[in-house]
Amino acid sequence: MKMRLEQREKSSPWLNLTLPLAAIAATLVLCGGLIALAGANVIEAYTVLFASALDSKFNLVETLVKAAPLVLTGLAVAVAFRAKFWNIGAEGQFLLGAMAAVFVGTQEALPTWSLVPLMIVCGFLAGGLWAVLPAILKTRFKVDDVVTTLLLNFIIFYAMMALLDGPWKDPLSGYPDSPDILMEAEYPILLHATRLHLGVLLAAVAAVAVWWMMRFTTLGFAIRAVGENPRAAAYAGHNITRVVILTALISGGLAGLAGVGEAAGLHFQVMAGISTGYGYTGIVIAMLARLNPLGVVPSAIFFSIIITGAEAMSRATGVPVFLADVIQGTALMTMLIALLFTSYRLRVSLSDG
Amino acid sequence: MNENTPILALRGICKSFGPVHANKDIDLTLQKGDILGLLGENGAGKTTLMNVLFGTYTADAGQIEIDGKPVNITNSAAAIAHGVGMVHQHFHLVASHSVIENLMVGQKSKGGMLDRAGAEARLAKIGEEYDLKLAPDTLVSELTIGEQQRLEIIKALFRGARILILDEPTAVLTPQEAEGLFKAMRALVKRGMGVIFISHKLYEVREITNHMMIMRQGVVTATLDNTPDLTDRQLGELMCGHELTPPEKPATEVGRVLLKLTNITAGGTPDRPVLKGVSLEVRAGEILGLAGVSGNGQSQLAEVIAGVLPPFSGEMEIDGDVLTRPTVKQVKARGIGRVPEDRMGTGLITTLPLSDSMVLPRVGQPPFSRFGILNRGAIRDFVTKQVERFRIKTAGVDVRTGTLSGGNLQKALLARELAFDPLVLLVAQPTRGIDVGAGEFVHREFLDLRARGRGLLVISEDLEELFTLSDRIAVIYEGRIIDVIPVAEATAQNIGLLMAGFQEDAA
Repeated sequence: MKMRLEQREKSSPWLNLTLPLAAIAATLVLCGGLIALAGANVIEAYTVLFASALDSKFNLVETLVKAAPLVLTGLAVAVAFRAKFWNIGAEGQFLLGAMAAVFVGTQEALPTWSLVPLMIVCGFLAGGLWAVLPAILKTRFKVDDVVTTLLLNFIIFYAMMALLDGPWKDPLSGYPDSPDILMEAEYPILLHATRLHLGVLLAAVAAVAVWWMMRFTTLGFAIRAVGENPRAAAYAGHNITRVVILTALISGGLAGLAGVGEAAGLHFQVMAGISTGYGYTGIVIAMLARLNPLGVVPSAIFFSIIITGAEAMSRATGVPVFLADVIQGTALMTMLIALLFTSYRLRVSLSDG
Repeated sequence: MNENTPILALRGICKSFGPVHANKDIDLTLQKGDILGLLGENGAGKTTLMNVLFGTYTADAGQIEIDGKPVNITNSAAAIAHGVGMVHQHFHLVASHSVIENLMVGQKSKGGMLDRAGAEARLAKIGEEYDLKLAPDTLVSELTIGEQQRLEIIKALFRGARILILDEPTAVLTPQEAEGLFKAMRALVKRGMGVIFISHKLYEVREITNHMMIMRQGVVTATLDNTPDLTDRQLGELMCGHELTPPEKPATEVGRVLLKLTNITAGGTPDRPVLKGVSLEVRAGEILGLAGVSGNGQSQLAEVIAGVLPPFSGEMEIDGDVLTRPTVKQVKARGIGRVPEDRMGTGLITTLPLSDSMVLPRVGQPPFSRFGILNRGAIRDFVTKQVERFRIKTAGVDVRTGTLSGGNLQKALLARELAFDPLVLLVAQPTRGIDVGAGEFVHREFLDLRARGRGLLVISEDLEELFTLSDRIAVIYEGRIIDVIPVAEATAQNIGLLMAGFQEDAA
């Protein structure tokens, strides 16, 4: 028996929906092997994982709260990748967004009503401008954006740690934490007695806004055109540099907004662990959503379930929490493999030919 | 195996892409010492057939026999192992590596060590035997196009090819380089190789081949010996399937100068520009044809006029407006329309919907958008109207652009420009790769535009096309316009000489 990949004449639309589901199924089967290796019952472990994330109002809200930053970083990556601006730097843009928000949120001189709007604007701009830097390097000097965006993550992380260990350290804390933001700077809570904050709503609004922008504005049109065929776009009069830089600003801004949400809605300060790799998970989420802004929402919720459910699963079955990370990584790989089948089909022939 | 066993035989090869039969029941035989010419229009299935032979595609049905024995060629490595070599239209060379390094790519190593001395010895031997010489340490990036092609042929011999496929090898060559190639081909077959020569230039096929096979729409329409009593007309009919009736070209009144280039230098570096001072004029109501062997500056000239390539010096005048550093926006706003040679590369976006591709240059203006917000309804109406008017065959306006055939892509590009009634239309290779019917349609549209007092600049490597369309023919050679001749005074011979750089004093 021989297998061979052949190019498809056209991709069928139903694949767009079934491929991510198939990738998730394959991921769960593969990771089931690891659960069995850890000595637990696979069905039971998965049941606990999904049930614990969804079985009560409290858990459901927690899943949504966890999904909010993932939606935003997923959108950040989806927008950037559409223009073939390979932004691996959502993590750093997230951190800068959080830092800008906390900086604004601790200013007592500002009128209290202006704090939240200013934090949102400044967080967006901080993340956005941090992404514009590699975009300029890419368009002006042809510096590889994968490398620059990735390395900028480390620069901003260690710069942040230096600040938290030095000038920006909260004198009342024994840890490298920043001072807390003012009460008035906290995101309002949307549902009484839960942690459902304004950031969750903003993430949902952002998903719709980005979808609308990509589909119904000339900028969205230009982003897709530049991503698919920069030469044709340039010949048609689109300014590639401008489009890539605007894309970077929006992409970084969305990641920055995720950072604002975590700072203003949950932690009220900046500390070392403010991001648990949201920027990197955003890449997996965007790929699973096939870069569709609306698809980012279910995709982010799926990963939020995995991340929140993994703890309960670990407590109930003894499978290490790290399984959540393994699932993320496996999902990225299965999805990348699945994407191959949008443009190719597998031909199996029984002869030796 | 006796002397008459063909070195290569294809029997009943079939290959379809979806509903399209690219190859239908093809038989082909190639004897030792033979040069077989494979003729046909673009899209006739020549390249598909060769890709089946070279293992790039797997045939749906049929058999390949080498030296009388059936063989199974499932990939190019297998083809090479069976002694099949192919020189593609676009070379597969590593530009930053030297000649010898390119030859050693993919060769087996001796215990992890590269056998450089052995490779050099074999390169020297091939150079002696076939008069194909190249210095081993020259970088590919320093070779001329003709030398790069020679390296591709050497590479095939290096890997033990006995059957050599040359896919439109002369398209990129000057006449002198083509002569050198023919000399090498004769040396190859003298030593018992078989060569398949793909071309659509009739005179070349008649000069170099022993036999020819003509394909049309995926089937073989004729297999002939190359005899002197064949006429171009017969061959042309076998290729196209019907007699060609060129559209009528009524006389027009030639008006003011619409596009004027003065001493344009551009491309390459300022010290060694590709365009070395180009001046030309396109007037209202005329078609100016630009003839030349490809690579003499045509694409740079088109890029300058399109506003993509800023010139180093010189100026461009559009209907009296002088521009020294034209941008795409400026030339578009002044009424230059453009139908590029590379339809899928610089024209349309194959992965986006047809409707998006068709408004790509004008999406930023009303009625397609206002204040940055798209009017999807207006875009749809516009594209639907153009699809109807130009009879573009497509499953809808939302299908991926790349699903359209070459001829329909060309119609789409033309529709995109003509909808805005360009003052000057710049077209490159307008009928390359499209069927005759679509080609005639395109030509009629050009003549219609000309009749309405617009100007056209048609860049083409197809002399017949230039003679059909042009009022005047300009010839470009090594970045200079060396002559402009009214079509009534032009002959294929004097244009051909000019294309090769021979400037007649009397002209």
